[in-house]
Amino acid sequence: MIKIKELSKVYLTPSQKITALDNVSLTVEKGEIFGIIGLSGAGKSTLIRCINMLEKPTMGSIVVDGQEITSLAKRELRTARQKIGMIFQHFNLLSSRTVFANVMFPLEIAKVPRPEAARRARELLELVGLADKEGAFPSQLSGGQKQRVGIARALANGPKLLLSDEATSALDPQTTRSILKLLRDINRKFNLTILLITHDMNVIKEICDRVAVIDNSHIVEVGEVLKVFASPSSPTARSFVNTVISREVPAELLHRSQVQNEQTHVKLIRVSFIGPSAGAPVISSMIRQFDIEANILYGNVDRIKDTPFGNLALELIGPPGVLQESMDYLRSRGLEIEVLNNA
Amino acid sequence: MLDAWLLDKLLFATWETIYMVLTSTVLSYLFGLPLGVILVITAKGHIMERIGINRVLGWVINATRSVPFIIFLILLIPLTRLIAGTYIGTVASIVPLTLAAIPFVARMVETSLKEIEWGLIEAALSMGASTWTIISQVLLPEAKPSLILGVAITTINLVGYSAMAGIVGGGGLGTLAYYYGYQRYENSIMWATVIVLIILVQGVQMLGDNLAGKVAKKRR
Repeated sequence: MIKIKELSKVYLTPSQKITALDNVSLTVEKGEIFGIIGLSGAGKSTLIRCINMLEKPTMGSIVVDGQEITSLAKRELRTARQKIGMIFQHFNLLSSRTVFANVMFPLEIAKVPRPEAARRARELLELVGLADKEGAFPSQLSGGQKQRVGIARALANGPKLLLSDEATSALDPQTTRSILKLLRDINRKFNLTILLITHDMNVIKEICDRVAVIDNSHIVEVGEVLKVFASPSSPTARSFVNTVISREVPAELLHRSQVQNEQTHVKLIRVSFIGPSAGAPVISSMIRQFDIEANILYGNVDRIKDTPFGNLALELIGPPGVLQESMDYLRSRGLEIEVLNNA
Repeated sequence: MLDAWLLDKLLFATWETIYMVLTSTVLSYLFGLPLGVILVITAKGHIMERIGINRVLGWVINATRSVPFIIFLILLIPLTRLIAGTYIGTVASIVPLTLAAIPFVARMVETSLKEIEWGLIEAALSMGASTWTIISQVLLPEAKPSLILGVAITTINLVGYSAMAGIVGGGGLGTLAYYYGYQRYENSIMWATVIVLIILVQGVQMLGDNLAGKVAKKRR
């Protein structure tokens, strides 16, 4: 759906050159919810704005649904934008228009005949659960309701792509969850591709299929959300994962001696379970099969999108060879293993 | 004190002032509103960035606004003659009043439109809105309460300017106050004019506040 190739954006100020994006390449598949996470100033906001050309890239190409966006003439760009919906952190509803008229606005821009536009607007307000508010003005709505109007407005012209610019960052956790649920429902119902940017790893965890981590104008990691949660490879990704799931093992445990004596070693490992294996009694069968001791230091089970995801810090005590075999056994059962006291 | 003759004079002069002020307000908005819009949208980073046009326009507006109205009035006599055929009387006064108010209106409109959050414009752009759509559907409607207050301020300014125009034969309350009140030492006329002017200004401001309040309240 989106193919970004070697995209760069440089802002020139009289005194200096600021690189917001540096040679970014990314592909978003049709029908997926793709999240871009980064701290403020990392470049994610610029990146999402390049996709509908609210920001003009300095270099590189962006293809949306087979159309090269960066080389369109003004009029063509306006037509293309009608098929790319966008929602915003601060909703950006027109205070001079009612809820209904706000949803009508993009339909007016696309010159949809009035009766059909009105029917469509009502349908969308129904979809986002605000049918009874069509005569209200935005200032009479709560934040969550405003974002629902924003979503209805973004969907008005039947877009093939929805861009979400920190859409839940101004909302409380409960409202955030309900908005995310709405986005996921829409994604399923219309097979709508959603590209979102956020600084909140919970948003990624709740609804994204894949995630890109952006740091200092670069994409430092891209992958399936489950993969990134289970084994983040960049320090930035790791620190984001840690904001949601506590994976850190206390330092004093990490620095315990690895060797009790010649025959008995201690290995501190982190085990990640994904999906069905989270339900299987793998650890107990390992203990039964190998002559070692296992000490559980820490554990939790979470849910990423719809998949159970578990995390366990284990201390394994036994002869070095057997420890190796038992870890291989865990790996063979589909678990991710990371040795923590390998220093 | 306030005999029939005086009352008659006063009423007529009041009507002349209202006529001059309203006509020049309408005319100055006819030109000033588009100029204000152009001033906003041609600015750096805005929807029709044209830095050259923006600078020249800004400079011309500032230059016109730095000339005191009474001098402006005299400078414009040839032009006024050309347009109105004379430089004396209410119709002739409308020319300098309008020309002086246009740059003022442009700045008032600019200030009102600049208050609009960029996010709203960005949202409209993201929907594929054209420049004209953004002006007519976003900028002007969103700024409406503020624009209405601007009209009130402009009108009040023009009441003051019209009195100055009156001194050089422009008609209206200014002429009345100058010829009868000042040159003939008729204090009662002087005071009557002042009272009418106060009522006019208060009335315009109240009307402006009211209208702006109504528009804003509907959205609240």
